[in-house]
Amino acid sequence: MNSDRRKILGAAVATAVAGLFGNMGVAQASVEDTEAAIKAFAGDAEIGSGSLTLKAPEIAENGNSVPISVLVDSPMTDDAYVESVVILAEGNPNPAVATFHFSPASGEALASTRMRLAKTQNVIAVAKMSDGSIYSDKRNVKVTIGGCGG
Amino acid sequence: MSKPRVKVPKKAAAGDVITLKTLISHTMESGQRKDKDGAVIPRKIINKFVCEFNGNIVFSCDLDPAIAANPYFEFKAKVNESGTFKFMWTDDDGSVIESEKAIEVA
Repeated sequence: MNSDRRKILGAAVATAVAGLFGNMGVAQASVEDTEAAIKAFAGDAEIGSGSLTLKAPEIAENGNSVPISVLVDSPMTDDAYVESVVILAEGNPNPAVATFHFSPASGEALASTRMRLAKTQNVIAVAKMSDGSIYSDKRNVKVTIGGCGG
Repeated sequence: MSKPRVKVPKKAAAGDVITLKTLISHTMESGQRKDKDGAVIPRKIINKFVCEFNGNIVFSCDLDPAIAANPYFEFKAKVNESGTFKFMWTDDDGSVIESEKAIEVA
């Protein structure tokens, strides 16, 4: 009796571990793509936090249309403004979502849009300031129905 | 052809930061989907959005297939004088859809 329970438990743990690694294997490729995309955007600059706020729902019922919004804290003058913000999704077939380009005439570095999410994943925003500094923010969005077709 | 909808305040005070909203109907075919025969439906999206005020670019966006159908944007602009906002959406096929809206700045 006792040993049976052990076996079942063992099997359950093995399945769970396999599942975990299996998922990681799949996710890794896109996570690497995302990291490569961040590097291509940010270069070797150090990535800070704060200043940039990424807003996204905690749970998205429909991955076909997920509202997201970015706000960067900046005076938006000719000397100091936000040049661009890139949005990336780690778990999509292709991590690129959108790149916003701001100017001092924006007045405020705020942008909202609606995006597609294939599954539950991290959405990442990276902002580049006019002085070259980089900020990033990340949100995990749980997706009930994926939105990439197929 | 897709008909865009834009929302710009009619009036503003000089130096105001105003909110602009745009929506355009477009399927934004991602190139990931397959039809019932298993053939990939070719990608066809709007890949660029630009907003100009009196000829100067205020805000622009490079779009990827992960943007939802009927692309929606909300963003800000600082207005110091009366003028016209021009919005341009570029399709993968090279066509550009344009819309204009005037604003009176006191």
